[in-house]
Amino acid sequence: MFYREAGQFKTTYAADQQIFPIRQDRLGMLLLLAVAFFFVPALLSEYWLKAILIPFLIFSLAALGLNILTGYAGQLSLGSAAFMAVGAFASYNFMLRIDGMPILLAFIGGGVAAALVGIAFGLPSLRIKGFYLAVATLAAQFFIVWLLTKVGWFSDYSSSGVITAQDMEILGYRFVSPEAKYLLVLSIVVVLALLAKNMVRSSVGRAWMAVRDMDVAAEVIGIRIMHTKLLAFAVSSFYCGVAGALYAFAYLGTVEPEGFSLDLSFKILFMVIIGGVGSIAGAFLGAAFIVLLPIALDVVVQQWLSGLLAPSVSSNLQLIVFGGLIIFFLIVEPHGLARLWQIGKEKLRLWPFPH
Amino acid sequence: MSGRTSGDVILDLQNISLRFGGVKALTDISFNVREHEIRAIIGPNGAGKSSMLNVINGVYHPQEGRIVFHGEERRKMEPHKAAAQGIARTFQNIALFKGMSVLDNIMTGRITKMHASFLEQAIHFGRARREELEHRQKVEEVIDFLEIQHIRKTPVGRLPYGLQKRVELARALAAEPTMLLLDEPMAGMNVEEKQDMCRFILDVNDQFGTTIVLIEHDMGVVMDISDRVVVLDYGKKIGDGTPDEVRSNPEVISAYLGVSH
Repeated sequence: MFYREAGQFKTTYAADQQIFPIRQDRLGMLLLLAVAFFFVPALLSEYWLKAILIPFLIFSLAALGLNILTGYAGQLSLGSAAFMAVGAFASYNFMLRIDGMPILLAFIGGGVAAALVGIAFGLPSLRIKGFYLAVATLAAQFFIVWLLTKVGWFSDYSSSGVITAQDMEILGYRFVSPEAKYLLVLSIVVVLALLAKNMVRSSVGRAWMAVRDMDVAAEVIGIRIMHTKLLAFAVSSFYCGVAGALYAFAYLGTVEPEGFSLDLSFKILFMVIIGGVGSIAGAFLGAAFIVLLPIALDVVVQQWLSGLLAPSVSSNLQLIVFGGLIIFFLIVEPHGLARLWQIGKEKLRLWPFPH
Repeated sequence: MSGRTSGDVILDLQNISLRFGGVKALTDISFNVREHEIRAIIGPNGAGKSSMLNVINGVYHPQEGRIVFHGEERRKMEPHKAAAQGIARTFQNIALFKGMSVLDNIMTGRITKMHASFLEQAIHFGRARREELEHRQKVEEVIDFLEIQHIRKTPVGRLPYGLQKRVELARALAAEPTMLLLDEPMAGMNVEEKQDMCRFILDVNDQFGTTIVLIEHDMGVVMDISDRVVVLDYGKKIGDGTPDEVRSNPEVISAYLGVSH
């Protein structure tokens, strides 16, 4: 009843091609941003910002990066965590070795470094596809973590490659409090998400999807396959690299190469699959699912079941329920939460009179 | 059809031979295509018709022979360069981008004409934005032409077969090709859909002056709409000429009907 597009006529192609063609979507998004920017930091506790929302945003960014590569361009990758590591260590080294390096520029530098590494490891995609490519990207995962551990220069010769991120400072303001860090991360994620949305609704995004859906036809239409695939690897790795830099600078503060293990790559891949392959919103939904659900389960188990079950049982119970829910959601909607959301909206357009 | 006049030779294939390992797909085939004509390629299954189209737009590279397109000789052509030179095609088995809407599929057809870099597109300002709108305009013209306005925003995977074929033609037309290669545009269609498709092909040829090279099994259609027909059998050319000449060619008759031994 409230989600209707009746009466909203488009008279120009510009109006029809905006990001949110339906007015309610535009208002909803503005409201969401207003809440995220103004109410959340004022109302929520330090624990919420530091331990839940900041990692949620960072993982969303990484999932967004992987979704560009896997969801839009159709190239399966298991190296996302490694590209995050490149971003984190490159940003650290930019800050360390260049005097007066602005932090934002260091983040961008970290992203660009990750993009270059991504291109290098994307080269096999020109010859192999699907699961075989996923195995090839495993090489990136293991090689990069090994390299960052072995070569002391990357971590300024600290023991076992641990780095401690420098303070973040922009124009004299130091981002120390959780609120400030949260707002910085949120701003970066919002800007990058907007850029990603613009890319996927323009010709570069269409080229990615064309390569994903039917590469022979894409080539015949005039798409340069090599260029398109490598661009997808570069952009995707850039996003993962920036996410990695934020992971080190705004979330953990201290990271080691082993922290960017295959586990993390899988976690990001699950976010993409559960959230929705080939959807920007899906990256956020998937990250929310993977980051928030264990915490929610934890609260439920602690609050209601702590007296009934032994601690060892309850902690395993969480894992069982978590795994069960993943399977449940994939059976209900293999295209992910984003598709569920879309179906919900389509239903809502007709509700309460479905004729 | 005799009302149209066709112009100079724009595509000349000379002694094309194509092998896959020991299998000879095409052997010493020569024929040409004149500007503005409808040129049909026919032949039994496995005769090498699709291979011929793949040679023309560079998906396959023949081992021997010359291809002269618009007076320019080429031995080896990359498909995206062929596209940039104005050769568009459709496929025997529909090769649409299933996950995208009809509109996006057709917009993809104009990709060689869009020049904004990915960074401009990411910011979506200036040239990138202008291009999106200009090309949308062109795409809408094609949508109007092929009468598919009502399915513009539908994902192509949800469309029935006949409409998918039409969307594929739209995607090829969106590139404003000078030469259009159609690989069995009417396969699997009912009579009505075939009539529609014939009308579109003739209209494209008439209104845009597009040269059309077409593979088709429906002899009625081929004989009706094409200006000249080339006949392949087992990778060799066995006939070439107007529909009437081909129809009375004894070799063609034996390839299609068999001969008594």
